[in-house]
Amino acid sequence: MANKKQPVSSLLGMGPIEPDTSGSSRINVDNTERIWSAAGGALLATYGLRRGSLGGLLLATLGGFMVYRGASGYCPMNKALGRNTAEPKSDDKAMDSIEIAKSLTINKPRKEVYAYWRQLENLPQFMFHLSEVQQLDNKRSHWVAKLSDGLLAKTLGTVEWDAEILEEVKNERLVWKSVADARIDNAGEVRFVDAPNGQGTEVHAVIKYRPPAGQLGGAIMKLFNPAFEEMIKQDLRRFKQLLETGEITTIEGQPSGRKSEQQPGKKPISEQAKVDEKHESAML
Amino acid sequence: MKALCYNGVGDLRTERVPDPTIINPKDAILRVILSSVCGSDLHLLNGYVPTMREGDIIGHEFMGEVIEIGSEVKNLKKGDRVVVCSILGCGECQYCQSTQWSLCDNSNPHAWIPEKAYGYSPAGIFGYSHAFGGYAGSHADYIRVPYADRGCFVIPEGLPDEAAVFASDALPTGFMAADLADIQPGNVVAIWGCGGVGQMAIQSAFLLGASRVIAIDREPDRLRMAKEISGAEVLDFSKVDVQEALREMTGGRGPDRCIDCVGMEAVSEGLDYYYDKTKQFVRLESDRPIVLREAIMACRKGGTVSIIGVYGGLVDSIPMGAAMNKALTFRMGQQHGQRYIPRLLEHLQKGELNSSFMLTHKMSLDQGMAGYDLFNKKETMRVVFAPQ
Ligand SMILES: [Zn+2]
Ligand SMILES: [Zn+2]
Repeated sequence: MANKKQPVSSLLGMGPIEPDTSGSSRINVDNTERIWSAAGGALLATYGLRRGSLGGLLLATLGGFMVYRGASGYCPMNKALGRNTAEPKSDDKAMDSIEIAKSLTINKPRKEVYAYWRQLENLPQFMFHLSEVQQLDNKRSHWVAKLSDGLLAKTLGTVEWDAEILEEVKNERLVWKSVADARIDNAGEVRFVDAPNGQGTEVHAVIKYRPPAGQLGGAIMKLFNPAFEEMIKQDLRRFKQLLETGEITTIEGQPSGRKSEQQPGKKPISEQAKVDEKHESAML
Repeated sequence: MKALCYNGVGDLRTERVPDPTIINPKDAILRVILSSVCGSDLHLLNGYVPTMREGDIIGHEFMGEVIEIGSEVKNLKKGDRVVVCSILGCGECQYCQSTQWSLCDNSNPHAWIPEKAYGYSPAGIFGYSHAFGGYAGSHADYIRVPYADRGCFVIPEGLPDEAAVFASDALPTGFMAADLADIQPGNVVAIWGCGGVGQMAIQSAFLLGASRVIAIDREPDRLRMAKEISGAEVLDFSKVDVQEALREMTGGRGPDRCIDCVGMEAVSEGLDYYYDKTKQFVRLESDRPIVLREAIMACRKGGTVSIIGVYGGLVDSIPMGAAMNKALTFRMGQQHGQRYIPRLLEHLQKGELNSSFMLTHKMSLDQGMAGYDLFNKKETMRVVFAPQ
């Protein structure tokens, strides 16, 4: 979707910032690719099943395959092609960064919106893929991603990184970057702008990350980037709900005639993927 | 509790499901006293809405008693007898605050689905598929009502349940249809569809100043009610040429205001019905816009077409040339119930509107499928379930 267009960040006059090329984007080993594959696969499977169309089914199938591959470390396709991504290559170089830009308008004063976001510990309340953000000092913070329970978490453990605020203009903008050796190199900017006619605050978020290097890294990222974009959008939507209404809109926990939802732990896979919003956010 | 669940196209079953609980601080739990079927349920049942899932509890027009409130509910207390707007509004977003409640930014937890189909997501609706939030519906012993302070309206004493229940959906929808039509004193209004929404639109049009209302349907009972109770002149489209009749009845001008209370599952006697039905069957066209075409053709020059019958997807062969060259105004939308319900409850209490006649059959939840069969065959105006 995003690859043939002018990047949205340039339309907004944002996002000259680039993520480092340190961690995963330079390490061409199987473990990193396994993380991406499993996480991306879970996202795709969830996203695909929820779309419910033929395209969705393809995505889901592909996603299921990637989870399998990530979890097992075995890729029949790689084998068939005679590739082994666990072997370092001499021509290994950093991949181009991938950009995600999402905006929405929140019916609250700019000061209030900014203040809530700047308190980074608040972020996991609406970013369901984070389990924790710890403010280390005024500029540095430690981030812990939440992996969906079950298979993924067991296989991969936790994913953590440190980030640093590079630029901060109170009530206007924040620019950050993951510090060297992050598992996933990422950088981003959030801008807060008054919406016209007293409609509240426009929040513009641009996130850039580098896909893991390796022969499949880029290809995998391209595949699951739409799901990742959707995830960021969901995060922002929950941020808006929380600030405007004080709660996050949900139907999770309401009754239905689905027996599978009445006996937790006995869900068929397809149901499990469809049911839970949080499962959409496998990581990052 | 018992609940009426969707189990596939044309298949409803009354099942035992868990009781609802308070999930968010602004939720309330209601004991459902009355819960009505609605024409738009048929779109779900007949398979025109692809985001229904087996096990979904349907029903969106209801009233009941508050039995539990969340910690942030301020205006309700246990024991209140309330009618609930079928469409959910958070009350805090820009749309809710400008009383465009059915456009609420926050009340659809599955906003990403309509965003793919419509660009932006409208509000959530009770019991109305996952595209509209996947909220459990009201054909059940109990129901969870999110944003309860915004959606629940205390029913004035003396107003019977049987009248108040329709202030949830059919009445505010019909009233909004008339309101959108921008009726000026003396206007002649044509209304397609004499189901619940149509009946309420007829009465509302008179309330807003229409001098004459001409109602169009083919079901004898519905036409009789439109005439005898709601006060319209009526046309049976299976017996007359509607275009010609409307033209002649209005001195050759055409109706000033045309209201489509039918929407995507329209039927007619003409060839275009079979054309649309065939295309709809093979899913090239999701909606049959027969009434919309007819309303555009019938409407006087410079008139207004108000669309309240539900459309879900794509339509075909809309006479845009007629609309453009006759300088028509189009207005449409799902009902902004929270804007109208307080006023409508007053009109009902004063006897300026009559809604209780629409309740033609009262049934238990166990008779759910039978009730919808009756309704689907148009052998009743409204079947209403009384769970307990
Ligand atoms: Zn309805
Ligand atoms: Zn709202």
